[in-house]
Amino acid sequence: MQVELRNITKRFGPVVANKDVNLTIEPGEVLGLLGENGAGKSTLMNVLCGLYEPTEGEILIDGRPVAFKGPGDAIRAGIGMVHQHFMLVPVFTVAENVILGIEPVGRFDHLDLKAARAEVKKLSTEYGLTVDPDATIETLPVGVQQRVEIIKVLFREADVLILDEPTAVLTPQEVDEFIQIVRSLCDAGKAIVFITHKLNEILEISDRIAVIRRGEIVGSGDPKKLTRPELAEMMVGHPVDFDVARAPFAPKEVILDIQGLTLVRDDGAVAVDDLSLQVHSGEVVGIAGVQGNGQSALIEALAGLRRPVAGKVTFDGTDITDASARERHRMGIAHIPEDRQRAGLIGNFTVAENMVLDSYYGPPFAKGAGINWGRVEEEAAAVAEQYDVRTPSVHAAAAHLSGGNQQKLVVARELSRDTRLVIAGQPTRGLDVGSIAFIHERLMAARDEGDGVLIVSSELDEIMALSDRILVMFKGRIVAEYAPHEAPVDKGTIGLAMAGAAT
Amino acid sequence: MKDATQGRVFGRTQLEDLVIVPLFALVAALFLGALVMAATGVAPGTIAQSYAALLKGSVGSIDAVSETLTAALPLVLAGLGLALGFRAGLFNIGAEGQIVMGGLAAVVAGVALADFPAFIALPGALLAGAVTGAFYAGIAGWLRAATGAHEVISTIMLNLISFRLLDYLLRTPLIQKEGRADPISKSVPDVAELPKLLTFLDANLRLHAGLFLTLVMVAAAYWLLFRSKLGFEFRASGENAIAARFAGMNAGLTIVMAMAVAGALAGLAGANQTLGVLGRATPGFSAEIGFDAIAVALLGRSHPVGVLFAGILFGALEAGGRQMQVDAGVSIDLIGIIQSLIIVFIAAPLLVKAIFPWGFRKAGTGKGRS
Ligand SMILES: Nc1ncnc2c1ncn2[C@@H]1O[C@H](COP(=O)(O)OP(=O)(O)OP(=O)(O)O)[C@@H](O)[C@H]1O
Ligand SMILES: [Mg+2]
Repeated sequence: MQVELRNITKRFGPVVANKDVNLTIEPGEVLGLLGENGAGKSTLMNVLCGLYEPTEGEILIDGRPVAFKGPGDAIRAGIGMVHQHFMLVPVFTVAENVILGIEPVGRFDHLDLKAARAEVKKLSTEYGLTVDPDATIETLPVGVQQRVEIIKVLFREADVLILDEPTAVLTPQEVDEFIQIVRSLCDAGKAIVFITHKLNEILEISDRIAVIRRGEIVGSGDPKKLTRPELAEMMVGHPVDFDVARAPFAPKEVILDIQGLTLVRDDGAVAVDDLSLQVHSGEVVGIAGVQGNGQSALIEALAGLRRPVAGKVTFDGTDITDASARERHRMGIAHIPEDRQRAGLIGNFTVAENMVLDSYYGPPFAKGAGINWGRVEEEAAAVAEQYDVRTPSVHAAAAHLSGGNQQKLVVARELSRDTRLVIAGQPTRGLDVGSIAFIHERLMAARDEGDGVLIVSSELDEIMALSDRILVMFKGRIVAEYAPHEAPVDKGTIGLAMAGAAT
Repeated sequence: MKDATQGRVFGRTQLEDLVIVPLFALVAALFLGALVMAATGVAPGTIAQSYAALLKGSVGSIDAVSETLTAALPLVLAGLGLALGFRAGLFNIGAEGQIVMGGLAAVVAGVALADFPAFIALPGALLAGAVTGAFYAGIAGWLRAATGAHEVISTIMLNLISFRLLDYLLRTPLIQKEGRADPISKSVPDVAELPKLLTFLDANLRLHAGLFLTLVMVAAAYWLLFRSKLGFEFRASGENAIAARFAGMNAGLTIVMAMAVAGALAGLAGANQTLGVLGRATPGFSAEIGFDAIAVALLGRSHPVGVLFAGILFGALEAGGRQMQVDAGVSIDLIGIIQSLIIVFIAAPLLVKAIFPWGFRKAGTGKGRS
């Protein structure tokens, strides 16, 4: 099945998200869709999967124009999308989620789960999507949840699968598995549209690459003939410098001192086990590790959002073990939460409101019991400009920004203040190469000004690019430590430690 | 109009949401109301007559307007409180009980301040109503924050307690009117009464100075919600409690404060009734205002100005409904049905848009995000 987008334009009020886009998707190919944050990739694909109606233009399937009134129409036509934020019911099983909305019913309106489970099994073996049909979604790691989303689309007999930033939340190992899955889907004749910001991935798996900038297709190419810098330049319109400039490593006094910290998860399991670490002023400490080894709990505890069951945390000589999130914020501790949509932003609030979400209460924004909104808006506009948060205005709702721009908004809010310690969880998740370089620069600038910086990231490349000291976390403990400025470390070694080999 | 604090430019979408949907909802509800009347055997002439009476009784004369506003004031006051609660993510069913406690406290304070001049007695009585309402609602807030007890359940229970407490207190010597055996409070002294505003036109016109109190409170609620730190915390907690916590806001404190402010406004609604309309407290004086106010807050989309208009609409339906009953002999229950229908339609904007497609911009800008 061949799908063609012809002269697609999509406007949101005055915002033009896609402009006169022409794109063809051939069966059996992987089309890589690349573009800056806010370029219009998700919007274009939402048009293709029936979620948005195009303002102008048409969609043709095998040369015949079609009109989708909703995702249901698109899926009936054979086009299905896996959104970046999964849409699964956490308390349902895999099989139940897969059949949700198109429940196969037997006689007397009896829900035929058996048939569904059989079909899920069949699909998983066919495409190498290993998953247990009876597992409950909330117990599954993100990578497996994503497989469920893919099975859901396949179950509806889609021939075109759209995957919006599928690898952003995956661990490196899951990415490898994911690439295998994509290959087997292609072999079966399915067409895949693959959106990512990771240039090496797109070069590795796509058959063709289309680049979109400010809503328009600005080029396409053959991944075999393109290089990363070329792609990056096509995307942003100018060359991108991948290397982070950094001053020589000159750590000063200890600014964050964690001694014997033990944290338990809400279900009582130990998340962080008697952990001690120090961050110096002027130092970037990177914590590498496969997700789910206690990093999230550690960050939350450091931000004052989780009470430790044992241990002591000292910031700049002050015991802050029991300090509230607000108190820590006041002391100059910045916190970039891992999950922007859940914890970092309020979707229905404006960009301006989100920009002061944690600093509205004091000068210069507060005025007695009130908030000086004029001042807030001025400041927000300046910070958005400085951090290149692409938004029509500071009055736009944060939920209407593109995924990457939402992330930039959170990072901008935290780094634009006067900080002394920066705790960053996945600071560049979902960002394009240009924005990553910029955020890395800002983090380095904070370090060079004498801040302590603690970064948790599942991107090993990011950890290696930024850290003065790399710690590997496994099952709630630090199992390995490297100092790249003393002796070079390689990815393989760290990867092994992450898998628990060092214990 | 650019309203930054509300988060968005006042554009077509807001117009549809706040004006066109309620308007069409009203039309659709009146139409369905007519169908209900026809179905129950009311003659077409009578239906026309009853809607004419509805209009006449609500806005047809000075007296009608005065009645409409008098009925609207407590609905607006209590509705404002509920709207603030909704914004903070709290579903407070307890306005009725808070009205009872606030109204009674206002009477008690008014009686106690009888020897003071009006500029002390009246504010004192109002304040007593507000503070008592705030404390009463604060109990539910505190229970939620400290123990996780859901406010829907605790406020329903607090309502029941307040009704019985009122009956009991009205028989205690301190409160009961001298020489009476039935549960009725002492009368509010003149100095603590909300003065009538239109007696120079006609001594029977009931509209009172609670009007100014209400308007001030609409402005105050707007300021609180959209301009103040506290309101920012309310809205943040209501929209995304996790992000609010991550931003360092104190969830428990926000809940208690939101409930207390809601209770203060409901308490004022009670005081408004006892000091402005009734002149005393009697069993059941709250007259379900606290429940109608839930509808008013929802109808007003939890926006202070919306609540003001919704309250006036409900006041008009109440005043007009009485006239309908007198002129056309249709049951007051029908008014209840129409009120409920309006709410159903407002709560289902998609339904309204489906019935009146030409009133709305074409859909198709979904909300899905990457
Ligand atoms: N529902 C909406 N309302 C208003 N504007 C929107 C809406 N959805 C998207 N936009 C705007 O359209 C533009 C394109 O957004 P889109 O989400 O398609 O970007 P993207 O290429 O997916 O970026 P990212 O890589 O950051 O996810 C952005 O400027 C965004 O602000
Ligand atoms: Mg996107």
